[in-house]
Amino acid sequence: MDQLRRTMMFVPGANAAMLRDCTLYGADAIMFDLEDAVSMKEKDTARILVYSALKTFDYSSVETVVRINALDAGGAQDVEAVVLGGVNVVRLPKTETAQDIKDVDAVITKVEAKYGIPAGRTHMMAAIESAEGVLNAREIAQASDRMIGIALGAEDYLTSQKTYRHEDGAELSFARNYILHAAREAGIAAIDTVYTDINNEEGLIRETSLIKQLGFDGKSVINPRQIPTIHKIFAPTQKQITKAREIVAGLKEAEAKGAGVVAVKGQMVDKPVVERAQYILALAKASGLEVD
Amino acid sequence: MAKTESGREIPDKFAAQYGTYAGEFVNIKDYQRAAANVHPVKPHDSKLLSSIHEAIVATGLKDGMTISFHHHFREGDYVMNMVMAEIAKMGIKNLSIAPSSISNVHAPLIDYIKQGVITNITSSGLRDKLGAAISEGIMANPVIIRSHGGRARAIASGDIHIDVAFLGAPSSDEYGNINGTKGKATCGSLGYAKIDAKYADKVVAITDSLVPYPNTPISIPQTDVDYVVQVDEIGDPNGIAKGATRFTKDPKELLIAQYASKVITGSQYFKPGFSFQTGTGGASLAVSRYLREAMLDQDVHASFALGGITNAMVELLEEGLVDKLIDVQDFDHPSAVSLANNEQHYEIDAEMYASPLSKGSMINQLDVAILSALEVDTHFNVNVLTGSDGVIRGASGGHSDTAAACKMSMIIAPLVRGRIPTVVSDVNTIVTPGASVDVVVTELGIAVNPKRQDLIEMFKDLNVPQFTIEELRDKAYAITGTPDKIEYGDQVVALVEYRDGTIIDAVHNV
Repeated sequence: MDQLRRTMMFVPGANAAMLRDCTLYGADAIMFDLEDAVSMKEKDTARILVYSALKTFDYSSVETVVRINALDAGGAQDVEAVVLGGVNVVRLPKTETAQDIKDVDAVITKVEAKYGIPAGRTHMMAAIESAEGVLNAREIAQASDRMIGIALGAEDYLTSQKTYRHEDGAELSFARNYILHAAREAGIAAIDTVYTDINNEEGLIRETSLIKQLGFDGKSVINPRQIPTIHKIFAPTQKQITKAREIVAGLKEAEAKGAGVVAVKGQMVDKPVVERAQYILALAKASGLEVD
Repeated sequence: MAKTESGREIPDKFAAQYGTYAGEFVNIKDYQRAAANVHPVKPHDSKLLSSIHEAIVATGLKDGMTISFHHHFREGDYVMNMVMAEIAKMGIKNLSIAPSSISNVHAPLIDYIKQGVITNITSSGLRDKLGAAISEGIMANPVIIRSHGGRARAIASGDIHIDVAFLGAPSSDEYGNINGTKGKATCGSLGYAKIDAKYADKVVAITDSLVPYPNTPISIPQTDVDYVVQVDEIGDPNGIAKGATRFTKDPKELLIAQYASKVITGSQYFKPGFSFQTGTGGASLAVSRYLREAMLDQDVHASFALGGITNAMVELLEEGLVDKLIDVQDFDHPSAVSLANNEQHYEIDAEMYASPLSKGSMINQLDVAILSALEVDTHFNVNVLTGSDGVIRGASGGHSDTAAACKMSMIIAPLVRGRIPTVVSDVNTIVTPGASVDVVVTELGIAVNPKRQDLIEMFKDLNVPQFTIEELRDKAYAITGTPDKIEYGDQVVALVEYRDGTIIDAVHNV
């Protein structure tokens, strides 16, 4: 079953209080930022804080992600600290090529070996923030077995495209669709960019509805207030839940009978449909909807 | 050492003088109401004096007397400092001061204590530099901390006998009809001052807005006032009443407020005609916003909201979601304006608000009270007075009064502030006993006092995470570590009086 990634909340790595409180707001994933949200003089502070937070606080209710710096700008030290801290996912910013991912993978592999951490335990995701990155998304998505997702970072990307954010999001439509295809081809998650105007709830609703329609798994968020809005949009409908429930019941029946084929109302159901049904039920449960 | 019902040790001499806390209502007994000595004013007499100096002389203030002030001007108050400066200049010593509370702006009191002008203090609280100085032990006699209801009781029963009350008056005529809704520096309700006016032997109205006779509405009547003094300024309007109190955007405070609102709406008290009181902190104010949504959704309106009033309450009144506001104190400008203009917004005095020895105070009719805490412990005792360093930096306010009297008291506070746990094994100082506290609401979820099995049953299916209070403490300590005990000295610097007049805790020097 897929991990829920409706919301991935950015938390500045040097903000101790937010490291403590970030799990309160119901985000599916927390992304501790060691990169852009941390000033140059606080890079070491943030790295040590995030490492300590991973070791100290109970993050079992969320997927932990750390956005590292580029490997030649402290990223290797970041990787060592957070992998040792037990992070779930290392996120590489400004990914341009598959080689970027392979380079980080090599560092993670070395760190896991050094500390006796099971090889492959640490996952990776890539943030794509340039035209080159978008066009290489297919290779990036498949560059490592550690890869669990790609995320679009729109701000830098649009600057490189010589445009800026518009209400209808037309300027992002190629990147979104291409990244989504690359992610789906590789069987990993696709996370949409942040919506930066935190006081514009209407805009957030419009954008989230759009990316849900496209097929994204979720969205990065910069303020906890955005989380309930996004989760509400991602909540499945009662009709979807009912149908998913029938399919999962069919699966259980098939398993009980030892049958290899799942059937619902006499119709055979394919494996991806069964997996989708399981995902819908997990989504319903996370949305606080009645499942059983 | 004597021990209170909550196990706190009180030195014998104080225990003998005041008694020790023995339970919420054990000491509620019949008493003889005190009365003021009245010097009648004859026709053609003038009450108007030209200076504070002249007023002090006229009142006959002498060494060893008790004087009082009100705290409706909060951080904008000029009156207490002005009067104390004159008293000090005149060489009067050994005074007891009994303001309804003390703010940061009253740091000059430290000098008057050192000079022997002030030798006793009773107040709702102490803050900032004065709190720190008292905690260091600059006074020989401990400060008596009294709740708002407890102070009204102490005055009405004669425990505090006020010789002279110096009352800042936003507007007054020259015969002493006072209100807080007109003038240059309005504070709205004069609920705490009304008690002083009623029981003090001599009452001096100090105003910067002398208006033609008769000044109405009459909040404090001419029959309670001996002298009127006009000064240039009684206070800083911005420090007295700020603009509309704003709703917080802090996501943690909003989460706490959401949980608190769910507790209220999930309780049996949330029905047409219910009543409530909220505080003025970020989360507390936000509760009224979520409550408003629930009231609209479920078509429930409240019969009254009580207490310190803010703009949030005024909006509920104007929207018709609350029928009446009962107001002992206003916290912002819009609420002062509302008191002046809205007939359904009603001013009451501190005795009617919260005195445990009145013939029934408003809080006895209250369904739900939302209260804050610096600390709450696993016995549900609450500290709103001393910081994690043991220094006095807070105020008792109406905390223990409303908690004891209302049907469901809720403490809302973050589990951890900075590096300091809020839920602890034992609070530094007990202000409100655990017997009065029903629900603790934090950002992680709630804990219901096990003595309220009815609430535990009521909240069985409530969509808010629920823990035991010990679990909340453990979660706090997991973040902060177990705090070391504060090392106090041997000197008692403050006695915390319970609302009934017994001592519930003693604060030592640090």
